[in-house]
Amino acid sequence: MKQKSKAELWIAFAAIALIYVAVTVLEQTVDSNHIIFTVLKKGAIYSLVAVSMNLLNGFTGLFSLGQAGFMLIGAYTYSIFTMPTEVKLTESVYKYYEAAIKFDTGIFVGLICAGLAAALFAALIGLPVLRLKSDYLAIATIGFAEIIRAIFQWDVLGPVTNGANVMRNYLDLTDVKIPFTDIAFPPTLYVFLASGVCIGLIVLLINSSYGRAFKAIRDDEVAAEAMGINLFKHKEMSFIISSFFAGVSGALLAMYQYTVQAAQFKSAMTYEILLIVVIGGIGSVSGSLIASFLYIAASEWWLRGLDMGKFLGIEAPNLFRSGFRRFVFSIIIMMIVLFFSKGLMGDKEISFAGLVRRFNKRAKTAKGGGIDG
Amino acid sequence: MLDFLHANLSYFLSGISVGGQYALIAIGYTMVYGILRLINFAHGDVFMVAGLMMVYLSTALPVTIAIPLVLIMTVVLGFVIERAAYKPLRTAPRMSVMISAIGISYLLQNAALYFTGGLAKVYPAIPWLSQSVTIWGSTTKMVTIVTPILTIVLVVLLTLLIKYTKVGMAMRAVSKDFETSRLMGIRINSVISVTFVIGSFLAAVGSILYFTNYASVTPISGGMPGLKCFVAAVFGGIGSIPGAVIGAFIIGIAENIIKGGTSIFGFGGSGWTTFSDAFTFALLIIILVVKPTGLFGEKATDKA
Repeated sequence: MKQKSKAELWIAFAAIALIYVAVTVLEQTVDSNHIIFTVLKKGAIYSLVAVSMNLLNGFTGLFSLGQAGFMLIGAYTYSIFTMPTEVKLTESVYKYYEAAIKFDTGIFVGLICAGLAAALFAALIGLPVLRLKSDYLAIATIGFAEIIRAIFQWDVLGPVTNGANVMRNYLDLTDVKIPFTDIAFPPTLYVFLASGVCIGLIVLLINSSYGRAFKAIRDDEVAAEAMGINLFKHKEMSFIISSFFAGVSGALLAMYQYTVQAAQFKSAMTYEILLIVVIGGIGSVSGSLIASFLYIAASEWWLRGLDMGKFLGIEAPNLFRSGFRRFVFSIIIMMIVLFFSKGLMGDKEISFAGLVRRFNKRAKTAKGGGIDG
Repeated sequence: MLDFLHANLSYFLSGISVGGQYALIAIGYTMVYGILRLINFAHGDVFMVAGLMMVYLSTALPVTIAIPLVLIMTVVLGFVIERAAYKPLRTAPRMSVMISAIGISYLLQNAALYFTGGLAKVYPAIPWLSQSVTIWGSTTKMVTIVTPILTIVLVVLLTLLIKYTKVGMAMRAVSKDFETSRLMGIRINSVISVTFVIGSFLAAVGSILYFTNYASVTPISGGMPGLKCFVAAVFGGIGSIPGAVIGAFIIGIAENIIKGGTSIFGFGGSGWTTFSDAFTFALLIIILVVKPTGLFGEKATDKA
C-alpha cells in the first residue's frame, strides 16, 4: 500500500513538472501577445484565490465571502511597497497627496508583505466574526470587505493609498528578473511558480494534522470539539492562512494588471470566485484548479465571440452584442448550481490511480457487453 | 437640538424617505429568512429589475398602466425565481441554496447589463410623486413625504394579513417549525410562494419610490440597497416585520446624515461620504457581536 502511494506521489510530481515544462516551452515558442498567455496568467492567479477560498469554504466549512477584500489589501500593499521611491516623489501617481511611505522593496518582499497585511487584517476581523455561523458569517465577511474598500478609498488615507485614484508604475510582471542577472524572467512561468508554491503549501496544510482538524470541524463542530479540537483556534488559523494567500493572489493580480484600483474589488468579484469554487467542486483542490482555468479560458477566450457579434461562424451583431457572453455564462453557472451541485470533481481529487481504475472499469464493461451481444 | 435638526433637515427628510424605501425591501428579506432560513441575495436585484421594467414600460405606456404592470411582473419574477432556483434545493444543505441565490443575483445583474448595454437608464418622472414641495425651509420631492406614509400603511396591512388570515397563520406556523407544520397539513410550497409574492410586491413598490428619488437605474443599483436592507432586517431582529421597518429607518437616516456629514463629528467634511455604506456594515457587525437576535428578534438558536 505504501509503495503504491509513493508511486502515486512520483506520478503527481512528474505531472506537475510536465506542466511547468510545457509552460516554459510554450512561452519560448509562441508569440507573447497570444491570448493563451492571458488565460494562463489570470487562470493561475484565480486558481490560487479559488484554492484559498476552498480552504475556508470547502475544508473548514466556514462560509466566508470576504475574499475580494483580502485581495484588495494584498494588491494595495504590494503596489505601495514596490513602487519605486522616485515615482512616489514625483506627481505621476500621487498627484493630489504627498506619499507617506518613502521607501520601496523588491518584488519578493512585496508579495510576502501583501500576504502578511491581509493575514493581519484577517486576524483582527476573525476575532468577532468567526463566532458567527453560516449565513451570518457570510454577510459579516461581505460587510468587512465593503468596509475595507471604503477605508482604502478614504481621502484622509490618501498619502498612503492614493485615495480613490489608480495605483500604477509599481513593479509588475515585466520587471521580474532572473536572480543575479539582468535577464527578464518569463512572466507566465513566474505566475505559475508563485501560485504553484502557494497552492502546494495549502495542499500540504490540508494533508497535515491541522487539515484533518479543519475537516473535522467542517463535518461536525460538536463532535470535533468533543475530540479536543479547539474550535476557535483552528477556525482563526484557517481564516488567517486563507487570507494570506488571498492577499498574495491580489498582489499577483496587481502585477499582472499593471494598474490597480480599489473600486475593482467589489463583492461581485467574491461571487465570481465562489462560483469558480462551486463549479470545481467544494472541497476539491484539483477541481478548483481546473475550474479556474476553464472559467478564465471561457470568459476571456472561447466565448469572446458572443460579445463581438460572431460566434461559431454565426454572425448576429444584434444578438451577440456586448454583455451577452456574461449573460450566457451566468445561465451556464445556474445550470451547474441547480443540476450538478457537486461540480466537476465533487470533493474528490484527481489521481492517476483513480483514472486507471475508471479506465479499467470502462474496459471491463465494454468487454462484458461484447460477450452478452 | 432643534437647531441641529433644522440645519440638517434635508438630510433627515431624505433619510426618512430612504428608510421607508429600505423598509419595504427589508420586509422581503425578513419574511423569506423567517420561513426558509435563506438570505435571498437576489432580492436586491429583483428590486433593480423592477426599476428597469418601469423604465422600459413607461416609454410605451402611460404611467397609470405601467405601474400596475410593473407590480404584477415583479411579483411573477419573484415567484418564478423561487420555483426555479430555490424549490429544487429544498432538501439540499443551506449553503447550496445560498449559492443558488448568489447565482440568481449574478444572472439578473448580467441580464440587466446585456439588455441595458451597461448604461444608466433615466427613470421616468411620475407626475405627482416628482413634484417639489417645501417643508420648513428645505425643498424636497413629494415622494419624500409619501414614502413613510405609504410604508406604514403597507406594513399595517401586512401585519393584519399575517395576524388574521389563514395564509398568515400558515406563515407563522411554517416559520416556527418547518417540519411540524408540514405534518399538520400545511402546503409548504404555496406558503413559501405567497411569501415571495408579498416580498416582491413590496420590493416593486419600494423600487418605484426609490428610483423616483434617485432618477437613474443601473444593473448594479440593486446590490448595495439589497445588502443594506438585509442588514436592516438583521438589525431589527430577523423574522420580525416591525423590527425590519425600524431597522431600515435607522439605517436610512444615519446613512444620510453621514453623507451630509457637515460638522457632526468635527472631522473631515465630505470625507465621510465613502463611509456611508461602510457604516451600515459596521452596525451589522456590532449588532451581531453584541446582540445577535437584533432589536426585536426572538431567541433563535443558530446564529452565534
